[in-house]
Amino acid sequence: MDIRVQEHAFDLGREAQGFAARQTGMGAVVTFTGIVRDVAGGLDQMEIEHYPGMTEKALMQIAEDAESRWNIGDILIIHRHGKLVADEMIMMVATSSRHRKDAFEAAEFLMDYLKSRAPFWKKETTKDGKDWVAAKAEDEAELTRWTKD
Amino acid sequence: MIDVLYFAWVRERIGHPKDRVETSAHTVMDLVEELRTREERYEAAFADLSALRVAVDQELTEFDAPLGDAREVAFFPPMTGG
Repeated sequence: MDIRVQEHAFDLGREAQGFAARQTGMGAVVTFTGIVRDVAGGLDQMEIEHYPGMTEKALMQIAEDAESRWNIGDILIIHRHGKLVADEMIMMVATSSRHRKDAFEAAEFLMDYLKSRAPFWKKETTKDGKDWVAAKAEDEAELTRWTKD
Repeated sequence: MIDVLYFAWVRERIGHPKDRVETSAHTVMDLVEELRTREERYEAAFADLSALRVAVDQELTEFDAPLGDAREVAFFPPMTGG
């Protein structure tokens, strides 16, 4: 398990390559990358605040939950904070498993939980001003599909 | 002494990121009530608790949770990671 919360950019190709190369006996690696989306009105900047200490613990907990639910070889989570602009990469997850279904599902689970259970907050600056991004009800609703069974 | 931390718009509304408070509060809610009486801006920040989340010693919890011997309580809006 490799969990990193950092301000600086990461190299997606190098991270994905490195992660895949570290696996043994795994038939599948899934990676997901989150990118800063431009908004109507034009995004000047997105600032990501987080809760140092709790962020790492929360990500670790989410990754451990994923490992207990699926047959997972390894998990990588990188999440940035600080100031970003449109089209920059915010975060990535990678999962490995013997068969692809576990890796796909675990990656989705990680993303769903990371969106509403890891202490990050986004603030967008456009020419209209600055505003905190509100949490979406559908993101919270996404979690229920993992708690049904 | 408990460290009380604020994040995102809660921090902005209160005007600083952290208070060190001497408290006899038994639950998170008791602590909120104490903070509310401090100043107008605390009242404003804690006006709608349904818009807030709380963590005690870096674990998400509920407002009726006991504080026990907690060292750190944090208040913030719903999270927007990913």
